[in-house]
Amino acid sequence: MNFKEEVQLLHGCIGQVGNLVVKLLWHLQHVMVSLWYFGIGMADSLESYCISKGLLRRYKSLHIGRLRYLAIVVESEDAHQTAKIIELLEWLAAVGVKQVCLYDTEGKNFLESHENDILLDQKNFTLEFASFSDGKEAVVKAANVLFMKYFKLSASCRNQEDQIFTEAQMTEALKAVGCIGLEPDLLLVYGPVRCHLGFPPWRLRYTEIIHMGPLKFMRYGSLRKAIYKFTMVRQNYGK
Amino acid sequence: MMLIDHMENEDSITFRGRRFIAKCIFNVLRIGPIPNHIAFIMDGNRRFAKKRNMAEGVGHEVGFQTLKSMIVFCLELGVKCVTAYAFSIDNFRRKPEEVQKLMDLMMEKMKHLTERESFVHQKQVRIHIAGNLELLNPPLRDAAKRLMEVTAGYSKAVLTICIAYTSSNEIVHAVRESCEEKRNSIEDQTKDVSLDLVDIEKHMYMAIVPDPEIVIRTSGENRLSNFLLWQSCSSQLVSTAALWPEIGFWHLVCAVLDFQRNHIYLGKKKKQI
Repeated sequence: MNFKEEVQLLHGCIGQVGNLVVKLLWHLQHVMVSLWYFGIGMADSLESYCISKGLLRRYKSLHIGRLRYLAIVVESEDAHQTAKIIELLEWLAAVGVKQVCLYDTEGKNFLESHENDILLDQKNFTLEFASFSDGKEAVVKAANVLFMKYFKLSASCRNQEDQIFTEAQMTEALKAVGCIGLEPDLLLVYGPVRCHLGFPPWRLRYTEIIHMGPLKFMRYGSLRKAIYKFTMVRQNYGK
Repeated sequence: MMLIDHMENEDSITFRGRRFIAKCIFNVLRIGPIPNHIAFIMDGNRRFAKKRNMAEGVGHEVGFQTLKSMIVFCLELGVKCVTAYAFSIDNFRRKPEEVQKLMDLMMEKMKHLTERESFVHQKQVRIHIAGNLELLNPPLRDAAKRLMEVTAGYSKAVLTICIAYTSSNEIVHAVRESCEEKRNSIEDQTKDVSLDLVDIEKHMYMAIVPDPEIVIRTSGENRLSNFLLWQSCSSQLVSTAALWPEIGFWHLVCAVLDFQRNHIYLGKKKKQI
């Protein structure tokens, strides 16, 4: 092997070692991030326990008046965990929330077999179900309502186009196709990632979105904390 | 600690040293998946100025420098699309003098970006202004159109600046455009036709870029404020306590690390939704 070939071989080896080092550093980065999240999780669990036991004074009383409508996003796989869902709804009722929207992408009517549940019988607790079809698909249906109005405009009435294509008209069209509800003040995401999973866009404009972690690890204290933090928020609405 | 200070002298040795460290960290990050599109809600310029006893306009100027830095970081990392929420339709409700200052600032920056020496030409970044441009004054609207024209040929990356934008306005605009297109294309006026999702989505202001994988909002706020509601169905939503002018290299690294941890889940959701 001549000198040039040896140098090339050496470069190749150094390159491979370099790549291996970089890959190891990448894995090390993620190990550190996982440890960090593990630590955060432990701290959150401890805090949640203290809140549940009433040890942290500021979370004891919640001024729930500002929270008129709350939405929960769950994974469609978790939607079958009816016991967990009902427990969560009971917590919300206990805290004083009166109107809840339950959203999962596929719209699994997981509480169908629980029609006689006491919680759902409470007159002052309203539960709505929503799914992905209430989002983009609903906007398409509403768009077709507006399209029909637009299509019927004669050539002499074209100046009325501006009156058809407004946000107010879109809201009315969504109501006409049966796909409008209140805009939640607070959206709690029970899943591995803070992602709203396609919650109806027309109802998400100024909604506070809080990530609660996976449903199987839900904690009452964390719920109280999320609602407390919401009550402390002040929105400018762009001003 | 900010690895790179947006106002630091770019020729200083410490700046160059920090840039080298940043590049090394990016090389490590690139072993994993890199998001194609990151969106920013640039919240906190006024609070930053108040915190540092500066005039409000200075906060917005620093905010612009921060945007430049974040775009450069994103490009170096390999992110192809960056979107920034610069001015919402709701922001027109601010005091007229503040709105005018913001319009003047945007005009100044657009003229600067149009010049050949600006970083968008050096980095070959296509600029797209997304929003209801009819709400802007004519000179600003023309400046926006000119900026889009002079950068239209670039394809290394796309920077979308949302001005006079809200998602609800975008949806109504897209519905209107698709209705007009559909009516004009119907030859038989008695035929039953209807709009579908593809018709509407192609007329969205954001149609030229893919949906963002990450949406980052600064100032610790947890809402989207009518930004990319349609496009963020499978996006990782990140809220950082830092005010917009305080955001920097490490915030981007943390967001991308989080994305890499969750990208399999997010990819699965993107296919389902």
